[in-house]
Amino acid sequence: MPWQLITRSLRRYPVRPPDSGIARRKSIWERIHLDPWLLGMLLVLMGGGLVVLYSASGQRIDTVIAQAMRFGIALSGMVIIAQFSPSTFLRWAPLAYGAGLAMLLAVEVVGDVGMGAKRWLEIPGVIRFQPSEMMKLAVPLMVAAYLNRCQLPPRLRDIVVCAVIIGVPVVLTAIQPDLGTSLLVASAAVIVVLLAGLSWKLIGLVAALGAAGLPVLWMNMHNYQRQRVLTFLDPDSDPLGSGWNIIQSTTAIGSGGLWGKGWLEGTQSQLEFLPERHTDFIIAVLGEEFGLVGMLLLLTLYIMIVGRGLWLASSSQDTFGRLFAGSIILTFFIYVFVNVGMVSGILPVVGVPLPLVSYGGTSSVTLLAGFGILMSIHAHRRLLPR
Amino acid sequence: MPQRRDTLKNPEQELRIFRVRALLAVLVVIVLTSLLVGRLGYLQIVQHDLYSTRSEKNRVRVEPLPPNRGLIYDRNGTLLAENRPTYNLTLVRERVDDLDDTLALLVDLLELPEEEIEAFQVRSRQRQRPFQPALLMSDLSEEHIARLAVNRHRLPGVEVEAQLLRYYPDAEVMAHALGYVGRINAEELQDLDPGRYAGTHFIGKTGVERFYETELHGEAGLRKVETNARGRVLRELGRTDPVPGANLTLTLDRSLQMLAYELLDGRRGSIVAIVPSTGEILAMVSTPGFDSNQFVTGIDVASYRALQEDIDLPLFNRAIRGHYPPGSTIKPFLALAGLVEGVITPDSTINDPGFYQLPNDSRRYRNWLRWGHGRVDMERSIAVSNNTYYYTLAHDLGIDKLHERMTNFGFGQRVAHDVQGESTGLMPSRDWKRARFNQPWYPGETLSVGIGQGYWQVTPLQLASATAALANRGHWVKPRLAQRIGEEPVPAELPDTLPDIQLANDNWWDRVYSGMEKVLSGSEGTARRTGVGLEYRMGGKSGTAQVFSLGQDQRYNAEELEERLRDHALFMAFAPIEEPKIAVSVIVENAGGGSTHAAHLARAMTDAWLLEDEAPEAEEVKEVLEEDTANVEGN
Repeated sequence: MPWQLITRSLRRYPVRPPDSGIARRKSIWERIHLDPWLLGMLLVLMGGGLVVLYSASGQRIDTVIAQAMRFGIALSGMVIIAQFSPSTFLRWAPLAYGAGLAMLLAVEVVGDVGMGAKRWLEIPGVIRFQPSEMMKLAVPLMVAAYLNRCQLPPRLRDIVVCAVIIGVPVVLTAIQPDLGTSLLVASAAVIVVLLAGLSWKLIGLVAALGAAGLPVLWMNMHNYQRQRVLTFLDPDSDPLGSGWNIIQSTTAIGSGGLWGKGWLEGTQSQLEFLPERHTDFIIAVLGEEFGLVGMLLLLTLYIMIVGRGLWLASSSQDTFGRLFAGSIILTFFIYVFVNVGMVSGILPVVGVPLPLVSYGGTSSVTLLAGFGILMSIHAHRRLLPR
Repeated sequence: MPQRRDTLKNPEQELRIFRVRALLAVLVVIVLTSLLVGRLGYLQIVQHDLYSTRSEKNRVRVEPLPPNRGLIYDRNGTLLAENRPTYNLTLVRERVDDLDDTLALLVDLLELPEEEIEAFQVRSRQRQRPFQPALLMSDLSEEHIARLAVNRHRLPGVEVEAQLLRYYPDAEVMAHALGYVGRINAEELQDLDPGRYAGTHFIGKTGVERFYETELHGEAGLRKVETNARGRVLRELGRTDPVPGANLTLTLDRSLQMLAYELLDGRRGSIVAIVPSTGEILAMVSTPGFDSNQFVTGIDVASYRALQEDIDLPLFNRAIRGHYPPGSTIKPFLALAGLVEGVITPDSTINDPGFYQLPNDSRRYRNWLRWGHGRVDMERSIAVSNNTYYYTLAHDLGIDKLHERMTNFGFGQRVAHDVQGESTGLMPSRDWKRARFNQPWYPGETLSVGIGQGYWQVTPLQLASATAALANRGHWVKPRLAQRIGEEPVPAELPDTLPDIQLANDNWWDRVYSGMEKVLSGSEGTARRTGVGLEYRMGGKSGTAQVFSLGQDQRYNAEELEERLRDHALFMAFAPIEEPKIAVSVIVENAGGGSTHAAHLARAMTDAWLLEDEAPEAEEVKEVLEEDTANVEGN
C-alpha cells in the first residue's frame, strides 16, 4: 500500500531535534521575522500583477497606483503581523472569531445591501468592510486553536465541535448571500481539520453525504446562482447574457496562443469584450497578451509560493502553527485554482479574485495578513512552549 | 488503545500526520495544477485557431461605403440631376447631459410645437446603442441650421449631419424624361446585389434614373473597422474607396425641353423632338408634370393620392406610354409604304368624289371634305390630307403589307434604345385581331387603319421616331437619351435597329417631302396658317384623333366632359427639308379646332431649334393660338 510506504518512510526519518541554539547567529531575516524567499516571490507576483493590471485597466495608471498603494498597506500589515508571536494569535483566536461572528450577525440586521446581497458593514465615514472577509482567517484560526488543545488525530467529539465552529459563520455568510466566500471560509477551516488528521472513513462519509446533499443545495440556491451553474455547463445557451463572460474569457485565453498577442495588444481585453477584466477575469488578459508561456510562468510562481508555504508550515514546531500555516497556504492555492478554473471554463463562475493580481484591496489585505501569520509562525520557532 | 484527551499529546505523531497530509496536499496541488495546465494548453494550443477567429470576428466589422450617384447633364452640360446635401438633426444620447432639457431646448430653438418633444423622445430612443446618432428631424432649413450653430455650446450631443440627396432642379419639366430615385423597397432589395448596394438607400425608380441605374450607382467601397464590445468604431483597419457612379450626359436640350413644357401650357399632351441623323432625343415632354423631388425623400400619402387621383394623370408618361390614334399624321408613311410596295408611284392619281366605296359594298367611306378634292396625286393627298386617296391606297396594299411596312417605321414596337417603360403602342394585324377578339379582319377595317383610325395606336415617341426615320431618307438611327456615359460616348449604331426603308427611286423621298412641305407652305395645306413666315423649309403632317370613350371610373362635371370629348390634335414635322436637324411630334389632348394647335407648337419647336437668334417665346405662341381658335378649319 503506497499509503503505508509513505508513513513508514516518514517514520524512518524522524523530525530533526530542535536546534540547540548555541552556534548560529540569527540572520537579519530571522530578526525581522520574515522569510526572504516567500517575500521575494510575493513581490515578484505583485509586480507582475501590476504590469498585467495596467493593461487590464485600459492603461489607466491611476488604477495601477491605487493598487500599488493597497499592496503597500497590505505589505505593511503583513510585516507588522509577522512580528507577533504565534502564541498571540493562539490567544486571540477566540476573540477574533467571536467578534467576526458578531459582525456577521450585525450584517444580517443592519448590513448594507450591495449588488443584491448584504455583505458590507459600515460605520459611516469611518470604515466599510466585509466581515466575511475577516472570517476567512478567523475561522481556520479558531479551528486550529481548538485542535491545538486536542490530541490528534481528532476524535469524533472534537470533530463535531469543529463542525459547529465552521458551520455557524459559513451559514451566516451563505445566507447573505455570498456562496463563494462561504465556501472559501469553509474550505480554509476544513483544510485545518484535514491536516489535523481527520480519519479517511469520515472523509469518505462526508463526501458521500455531500454528494447526496447536492440536490438540497440546488433547491436552496438563488436563481442567479443556479444560472451560473447552468451557464457553466453550457455557456452557449445564453451567449449574450450570463454565458458572455465565459465565452469572452475563453476566447481571450484561446486567442492568445503560445506566446500571446503582446502586452497591451490583446483585442479582447483592450476592446472591452472581456468583462471584469481587471478584477476576477484578469488572468484572461494575461492569457491573451502573454499566451500559454505567460500563464505557465504565473502558475509556476504560484506553485513555488505554495511549495515554500507548505515547507514553512511543516517546519513549524507546534501543531497550531502547522495547521494554520498549512491552511493559509492551501487556501491560497484554492483561490488560484478556482479563479483560473473559472476563467478558463472548467469551473462555474464564482466571485473569486486571482490572489494578488486582481484589482481590489480587501482580498490583498486578507491574503497578506495570512502570509504575515505564516511568516510569524515560521520565524518564531522555539518560542512556543512545547 | 485510544488515549484520553487530557493525556499527553504526542508531538511526533502529530507532526507525522501533518507531513503525510501535507504530502497528500502537494499531490492534490500537482493534480489540480496539471488540470489547469491541460485546460490552458487545450485552449491556447489545440483550439487556438478557433479562438483566434472568434476574437477577430469580435473586433473587426466591415462597413460599406456607398458611392456617390452619378450626375445627369443635358447635351450642353446643364445639370439636370444633382446630389444636394441636406441637413439632418441627430442626437447622440450618450453625450447628452439631460435628455429632457436638450429636447425642450431644441423644440424652443426650432420653434416647433410642444407636441414635437414627445416625437423627439420617441425618435431619440430609436437607436439602442447610446453612441449611435438618432435622427430627430430631416431636411433642416437654413434658418434652423443657423440657430443650431449659434446655440451649439448649449447642445452637446446634438449634431447637424449632412446627407447627399438627389435633387432635380427642373423637376416638373424633367420628371417624366429623367424619372426619379426613391428609397429601395423590400421587393427591390430581393433582387439587388447586397454587396453593391450595402449602404445605398436610393435606387432609380423610373426613367433614365432607372435605365442607367447600374452606371449611375457606381461601386460600393468598404472599410474594415475595429470596434469595441459595444460596437463603437475605434479605428480603421483597411479601406476600399467607393467608385462613384458615372456622370450621364443626355441628348436632351434643357431649353428646348423647357419650351416644350411651356408650350403645352398645362394641357394634357406630349412633345417629342429627335435629331433625325443621330437619333438624339432633344426633348421628351409629357404634361402635366409633377415634382419628382417629392419622391426622393418619400412622398406623403395624401400628396401621392392627390397625384394618383388627379384626372389629368400627371404621373402618366404620355410621351412613351400614351396611346393615341395617329389620325392623318401617318399619311406620309402610308404613301411611302405604297411606293415601297409599288402600289403607287408619286404620279399616280385618283379621282376623289368625296368618298370611297369598297367593291360590292354600298357603304361610303367619306373624305373630310364632303364634295371631294377631285384629282389627287400623292403630294396633294398629303398636303390636303385627302382621305379617299388613302382608303384606296390602304385597300390596294391590304392589311398584311400595310402592317409590315408600318412595322418597319417602328409602329407597334418599342423603338428607343434607353427609354425606360416605353410602350409598344398597337399596330393592328390579322393575327392580332384573331388573338385579341377571335375575329377575322374585315376589309373596312383596313380603310380605317389607312387614315390612322381604328385599332391603330401610337405613342408620341413612336411618331417622332418614325418622322425622324422618314426625314433621314429611310435610314434608321435608334433614338436614344444618353449621349455619353461617363466619358464613353453611346455608339451611333446600336443593336436591334430597324432595317432601313428603301425606295425604288431615291427622288421619291423628295416627292414625299414636297407633299409634307405643302402642308405648311402650300395654298391648300392643312397647316398653312402655321407655315406663315417660315424661314426654312419645313415638312409636316397634321392629324386629328377622335376621342371615342372616356375612362370608366372617372367622374366629370358637364363642362369638363365637353372638353374631354373634343378631338386630340396631332402634328408631326421635320426641318429643314434639305438637311433635317429636328423631327418633332406633338400631341395635345382634346385641343379641338383641328390640328392647328399642335401645328403651331411644332413650328415653335423647330423655330427654337433652328433659329438660334429668334427663338420664339412660349407667350407669343399662345397669342397666335388664341387668334387661331377664332377661325377654325377642318384638317
